Amino acid sequence: MHLLYQIFIDPFVQMGSAPDLLVQTLWEGLVSGVLYALIALGFVLIFKASGVFNFAQGIMVVFAALTLVGLYAHGVPAFIALGLTLGVMFLLAIAIERFMLRPLVNQAEIILFMATFGLTYILIGAGQLIFGGDPKVMISDQLLLPSGAYRINAFGGFVQMQKIDIAAAIMASLMVAALAVFFQKTRIGRALRAVADSHRAALSVGISLEYIWVVVWFASGVVALATGIMWGARSNVSFALEIIALKALPVLILGGFTSIPGAIIGGIIIGVGEKIGEFYWGPLFGSGIEEWFAYVIALVFLLFRPQGLFGERIIERI
Amino acid sequence: MFYREAGQYKTSYRADQALFPIRQDQIGMLLILAVAFIVVPLTQSDFVIDSFLTPILIFSLAAIGLNLLTGYTGLLSLGTGAFMGVGAFGCYKLTTFFPHVNIVVIIICSGFLSAAAGIVFGLPSLRIKGFYLAVATLAAQFFLSWCFIRVPWLYNYNVSASIEVPERLMFGIPITGPTATVTTRYLVVLSIVSVMTLLASNLIRGRIGRTWMAVRDMDIAAELIGIKLYPTKLLAFAVSSFYCGVAGAMLVFLYLGNAESESFNINQSFLVLFMVIIGGLGSLLGSFFGAALIYGLPIVLRMLKEGLGIAVTSATLENINFIILGTLIILFLIAEPNGLARLWQIGKQKLRVWPFPY
Repeated sequence: MHLLYQIFIDPFVQMGSAPDLLVQTLWEGLVSGVLYALIALGFVLIFKASGVFNFAQGIMVVFAALTLVGLYAHGVPAFIALGLTLGVMFLLAIAIERFMLRPLVNQAEIILFMATFGLTYILIGAGQLIFGGDPKVMISDQLLLPSGAYRINAFGGFVQMQKIDIAAAIMASLMVAALAVFFQKTRIGRALRAVADSHRAALSVGISLEYIWVVVWFASGVVALATGIMWGARSNVSFALEIIALKALPVLILGGFTSIPGAIIGGIIIGVGEKIGEFYWGPLFGSGIEEWFAYVIALVFLLFRPQGLFGERIIERI
Repeated sequence: MFYREAGQYKTSYRADQALFPIRQDQIGMLLILAVAFIVVPLTQSDFVIDSFLTPILIFSLAAIGLNLLTGYTGLLSLGTGAFMGVGAFGCYKLTTFFPHVNIVVIIICSGFLSAAAGIVFGLPSLRIKGFYLAVATLAAQFFLSWCFIRVPWLYNYNVSASIEVPERLMFGIPITGPTATVTTRYLVVLSIVSVMTLLASNLIRGRIGRTWMAVRDMDIAAELIGIKLYPTKLLAFAVSSFYCGVAGAMLVFLYLGNAESESFNINQSFLVLFMVIIGGLGSLLGSFFGAALIYGLPIVLRMLKEGLGIAVTSATLENINFIILGTLIILFLIAEPNGLARLWQIGKQKLRVWPFPY
């Protein structure tokens, strides 16, 4: 009885009695949700265009951020380093297309998925070999990112908002808007959607698959760089991010593998759910439930709506 | 010239469906077993046995477990490490409760605990498959790893949050704990792995294995010919986790000697998955090849470095190892998506027609 009270009633009483804490927790959840969403966005881009479930997205985030910080450490000015990093991501996209995707064309999905595991390992090894494995500080001041925090007195207490978090949220929305325009309005965007619908049909109307793949991997490289900068500015640039990137998987399940708005909303649901769960229900189980809470949300969700919130209906009975 | 089946006539279906229908294979298998059981313990040093053979055998068993699920039933799982952990921690608890029961029996029993965990986390497979299922098994991985840290009951409230293997005797000889010799542990591992591999190969040749493969190849067709999908998939999860659990228990009790949650984290799951892919999806032999390659590669690299006297730090070496591993995975998928086992088959076929290929 006491346990039931602790699970079903007590957390809500706490929420009601300290609304400022609730809002603070919600805000933190929202922010980490935005970052999950950014990683998930990279997944969705590649999955839509090439049907590859890119396991390496997390490590691409780390790799992009490391390249940026590493270049700066070698004396390259911040914004030139940013440009060079974009160049590196472009070369990476070309290399991936040429040496991984092209030879593997027409293989089963699972084979392509496994290949991105290989890519993950190569990037981990190369990243550590070139830039070292120790955590690095993101050059957020040099990139003119805001620091410090707003303190809002409200809800019978105060709520603290880091400026960098607000910047991250704005950037994520801008990026989604830009991607939406890119997909809907531009020539390449239309070609991308055509490829997503059917490789063969796209080929037969003269769309070059190789070109499209390079474009889409580069686009997700750009998303990875943006994610890396934002994440690096909040904590450090380190390989620990790779495990955090796995959190993007439940986000994808919630949002659906093929939906960009789904990735954003899924990310926010997971981020908020996880922080609220950790803060209010965590002490019941001993802390650290954040590690698996997102997966359990996704698991429960899967049982009721396997295609996700916005995913295309899978017309397949299993 | 030597390896061909000409003149070996089968006069019954029984003979035709035997495990090794070709006489050369039977002799070869017996030879391998004889070498493994008799020659190796007599001739090889403790170093070779302890750093190569024992762990490779244990990981082969884990790879077989995952192969039964991913290679034969077509269900992708990223929770192997956690199921191995359930076996290890289960074994530790069981031997705490029943210190006088033979440890080999305990190790096998801990497999059943792992199988139960596998069934619970396999339940979503009734509704989802593919990548979605992979994420569901990730839930198992993270939840169970968390349990291994946060539930002190599992490691008997040890301050170090790790499990220390107690000494257990069999026929008066210590086979676990610090006093057991390398050779004894190797022989125990070898016996368990041999018996369980034999069981697995009979399982997949029989009705159960055929239903698994039917589900893998096309689940709707399998359902149409009267295979009940749910029990089949759950059985695959159970058997697979059973194998992984036994492998995990052996890893801790007969090899590592102590373990904590870290030994069963997500990287362990990926490692076993790589063994299965590189070895060959849907091949028992491939599981052994894959385990030997993936586990052996870092050790060989390290020995190469020492042998050649190249001055690289161990961190650099580890990174190079990562790059080589990643490249190997991609190369294998490009060159031979069916893995080492397929190369072996091609080699065997070549040998059959040698020296007159036409």
